[in-house]
Amino acid sequence: MSKVLTANKLIDGNSVWLNAQGEWVETIADAFIARHDEAVAALEETGEQAVSDNLVVDVAVIDVKETEQGIWPIRLRERIRSHGPSVAYGYEALVQERTQAA
Amino acid sequence: MYRYDEFDHAFVKERVAQFRDQVERRVNGDITEAAFKPLRLMNGLYLQLHAYMLRIAVPYGTMSPVQMRKLAHIARTYDRGYGHFTTRQNIQFNWPKLSDIPDILEELASVEMHAIQTSGNCIRNVTTDQFAGAAADEIADPRPYAEILRQWSSVHPEFSFLPRKFKIAVTGAPHDRAAIQVHDIGLQLVKNEDDEIGFKVYIGGGQGRTPMIAKKVRDFLPEEDLLTYVTAIMRVYNLHGRRDNKYKARIKILVHETGLEELKSQIEAEWQHLKDTDLKLPDADIEAITKYFEKPNLPDRAEGWGQLAQWKKADAAFATWIQKNVGPHQHPDYGTVTISLKPIGGVPGDATDAQMDLVADLAEEFGHNEIRVTHEQNLVFPHVALADLEPLYRVLAANGLATGNAGLVTDIIACPGLDYCALANARSIPVAQEISNRFGDAERQKTIGELKIKISGCINACGHHHVGHIGILGVEKKGAELYQITLGGSADENTSVGQIMGPGFEPDAITDAIEKVVDTYLELRSTDDETFIETYRRLGMKPFKTALYGEKTAA
Repeated sequence: MSKVLTANKLIDGNSVWLNAQGEWVETIADAFIARHDEAVAALEETGEQAVSDNLVVDVAVIDVKETEQGIWPIRLRERIRSHGPSVAYGYEALVQERTQAA
Repeated sequence: MYRYDEFDHAFVKERVAQFRDQVERRVNGDITEAAFKPLRLMNGLYLQLHAYMLRIAVPYGTMSPVQMRKLAHIARTYDRGYGHFTTRQNIQFNWPKLSDIPDILEELASVEMHAIQTSGNCIRNVTTDQFAGAAADEIADPRPYAEILRQWSSVHPEFSFLPRKFKIAVTGAPHDRAAIQVHDIGLQLVKNEDDEIGFKVYIGGGQGRTPMIAKKVRDFLPEEDLLTYVTAIMRVYNLHGRRDNKYKARIKILVHETGLEELKSQIEAEWQHLKDTDLKLPDADIEAITKYFEKPNLPDRAEGWGQLAQWKKADAAFATWIQKNVGPHQHPDYGTVTISLKPIGGVPGDATDAQMDLVADLAEEFGHNEIRVTHEQNLVFPHVALADLEPLYRVLAANGLATGNAGLVTDIIACPGLDYCALANARSIPVAQEISNRFGDAERQKTIGELKIKISGCINACGHHHVGHIGILGVEKKGAELYQITLGGSADENTSVGQIMGPGFEPDAITDAIEKVVDTYLELRSTDDETFIETYRRLGMKPFKTALYGEKTAA
């Protein structure tokens, strides 16, 4: 199964994924995909190091599917983490309410 | 309102400085996350799915316009232009940066607010009736007692590391709007034969994975014994509450496992050592605190009666709003106003910075400078002259804040669920939105009458599903969301825990299922005035179950 490494950045809490250059990026589309045990072990190691370097918190290796549209996390929780809340919020939610009321 | 004294100011300022130092050291890498996490939680800072979340205390849900404006400013400056009012009468911001938190806390301190004890195994924000000090049915204002409890419990050295979190609620009226029987300690203000004020005391209520209704331990506790007796309860719990198992650590489990009579005698024994100590409240202290909560000067405004009748006749939406969102006040020329944060199809409890600013302005113009947050995730102006209701309504309506649905089927409590929360198993908000849209028609809601739907995205029950007339619990089954329905819950003076109906429903079927339950109620009710909960209590689960699952399953 394919896996990617995710975490939240220490400084702002934003969800991030590890890319192939070893950088933490804010879109899952750019995540490095581990497809065998050794690569997964390397991800885990990188995650631990990033935690002890105080770059990120709450690291986790997560299961994903590789689709034509890109990386698709298996768990809904991770899909919501990667795409943001599934509902409009703040001012966008207001616009939606007005449209529905009209 | 309570005003900070010098000690309060100094204390909160010191905490901000401490946390600023802790954040700096964390960012510099001088402290690890393991060491930092308990420190940030003590200051209300969680890490959720997408970002940090800051939970700010609104003591007993009471706020001034100046404080509300500060929350609007924080939403605008440090967050994404909105905040979320919670079932604990608090507010949460969903997107703050760790590096901004010390500045946010400093801003809060400048208006006598903070985020202390909004997390952790300590005594949390004391909650109360949103109409405290105004409701016509009130025996006494519960807020002075909530404030006394707040002062006593703030960084209480003995009770800062309890077996688990601890929640206290106080109501001043016989009709319980503060859900006291699902709190660790519930206090109900009562008068004895000599017209003296005291408390009925309940312990061991709670929701979560093991819902329990609180048990009464005292019929009349004199007010002077408030802190001595609560301390006795806390001591017994602190000593014997189970620290070996997080899921059995709340006082409700201790009550259940020890037995009420045994626990009561332990509390009484402990109280014997405490009842004549410094914790006994002198009348002067109670009076001094009560002074902070004196009602504003409310001049007679009898002209409102006639005007109101005319306005209601002229505008059906206004009439509905008056009927549902305005309640009886101690002064006949005034009413309590619920400002719904449940627009049809909206996110329950959310408000934008502009709405918060507007509410602050309106509280100054029409609301005698008082704002309340309700545990049902709405806002309240406790003192509005009937003569001011129409102009107030016009402004609220123009800004999406005048939905006339308080207590109706679309006035839904929902936790943030899987859209934000790291603990959730399923989403709550989209379910609430779909149900709200389905039942959004004003006439249909009116026909259905009082019906409380409450939705939680996990078993921790932040959305109070156990005490919803209709409760919805989101679970994860085989990697997908599934929603269980409970019926018959209630969180007032007739508290009950809802019963599970049967197998759960997938996201695209849950609204239909709820509609079926509601339609069944409409068919079964004996009169148009019989509410959903009354019908359920009269007939039980069976007819609802048959309607939803068919004869075979219901048998």
